[in-house]
Amino acid sequence: MAFISDRFKETLFRIYGMFTTWIGIIVLVVFLVDIFLKGVRRLNLDFLTGFPSRFPEKAGIFPAEVGTLWIFILTAAFTIPLGVAAAVLLEEFMKKGRFASIVEVNIASLSGVPSVIYGILGLEVFGRWLGWGNTLMAGAATLALLIFPVVVLATREALRSVPRAVREGAYALGATRWQAVWHQVLPASLAGILTGIILALSRAVGETAPLIIIGALTFVSFVPDSPWSEFTVLPIQIFNWTSRPQPAFWITAAAAIVILLAMTLMLNGIAVYLRYRWKKRLKW
Amino acid sequence: MVAKPTPSVQDKLAVHQLNVYYGTKHVIKNVDFSIPEHQVVAFIGPSGCGKSTILRMFNRMNDYIEGFRHHGQVCLNGQDIYQKSVRVEMLRRKVGMVFQKPNPFPKSIFENVAFGLRIQGVRSPRLLREIVERALRQAALWDEVKDDLDTNALALSGGQQQRLCIARALAVKPEVILMDEPASALDPISTAKIEKLILSLKNELTVVIVTHNMQQAARVSDRTAFFFLGELVEYGPTADIFTHPQEKLTEDYISGRFG
Repeated sequence: MAFISDRFKETLFRIYGMFTTWIGIIVLVVFLVDIFLKGVRRLNLDFLTGFPSRFPEKAGIFPAEVGTLWIFILTAAFTIPLGVAAAVLLEEFMKKGRFASIVEVNIASLSGVPSVIYGILGLEVFGRWLGWGNTLMAGAATLALLIFPVVVLATREALRSVPRAVREGAYALGATRWQAVWHQVLPASLAGILTGIILALSRAVGETAPLIIIGALTFVSFVPDSPWSEFTVLPIQIFNWTSRPQPAFWITAAAAIVILLAMTLMLNGIAVYLRYRWKKRLKW
Repeated sequence: MVAKPTPSVQDKLAVHQLNVYYGTKHVIKNVDFSIPEHQVVAFIGPSGCGKSTILRMFNRMNDYIEGFRHHGQVCLNGQDIYQKSVRVEMLRRKVGMVFQKPNPFPKSIFENVAFGLRIQGVRSPRLLREIVERALRQAALWDEVKDDLDTNALALSGGQQQRLCIARALAVKPEVILMDEPASALDPISTAKIEKLILSLKNELTVVIVTHNMQQAARVSDRTAFFFLGELVEYGPTADIFTHPQEKLTEDYISGRFG
């Protein structure tokens, strides 16, 4: 009797497991298909290269695309040197001890802070104190702070995956700690670090709240031409259109969502590819 | 019957009243011995007897272990290598090391051998190529890899990887090479190649090898040191250790009664 009921439990659990696995996938697919079907008729070259308009059929996303691209590049420029350097310091140079664990706990909890809070921080520090206002620089710096903990954690993970034996091999040849890190550990973990950075950046590209707080525009009739330019990004443009009363704008928003999703999925695809290549090349 | 030689310059390596602790664990107890130049010295003993710890004292690899402390002296050419004035990077150029598991860098064969030179600031491509070739020849690997110097070292077989690691150590022209069970992860044919290589290195440098394999110690070494529970039980010419051990413990170990 007990035997049968255990088997029955197992079957029940399998069905439940299937259900939970598929539910996420199905919801996502339904959403994607729905968005795509709604937005597809607005997807054309005019939409990609046009400017916003108060007529939904004429509205384009060119300024938002360029803004998102700027934000991507500037955020990367801020966050890569900071995040990688912090991770290398924590992982390779700092003595494990009380101070190190305090820093570690703080970085881990930073990654749990809601993005709106980063927006307020960015508004005060970059927008007001540094006087950067609501420019691309202020937005990118804010997003760089937001994803900084993620980049640090991912980089440390990648550094940790380089076997101790590689470091010992370098030390045994007379390498200093810096030489071992720079010439052996960093190159060996580069793909892992890049994967983490790309995933973090793809999150930054999708952020809306912090940029709204620092005052990114919602209607932009020009293309940002320098880091000190005002700007908008795709998520804000989408948010703006979905909050309009006319249903025709919702269709336009759906088309913009398709573009934004395509961009982030492409970034994630690159990350997956890098990780795959890396695993294939290194088998220790 | 532990010989207690006085320090002298013709000894390449010497250890005086050495005690090592990891935290509160006393892992090396009052060890004294010296290693003459151009000799192969084997350290034998059961697992956990401290032979690897002593080996790693000679190039200060234990410095990275948490809780590591020591007192007593460890000398290279009569000079204490744990003095404050000693730069550990300089020491390691003179005292190279080969590890138990081959640990090539995930780079090309050429870059593996050239690394030690590059970090010393050698830039000349011609000089690098010359030294890389010489080191690979010395490690008996040149003929197998001369056409594939740009392939990733991880593509080599385990035995080739270990000879690459030996070539890498030889490229910086060390005076001593420390080997920590260099053949324990290899097949018999690769092991034989490594052993032949060790014998050929003796003319140019001093080799200290830790091994689990007593036949290997007998085949390659001039002198053998037997360690047990952190103490040096017996040290002397290999032939004597294996044919007339002075200590009962040594005899029991080499005849396979424990270990």
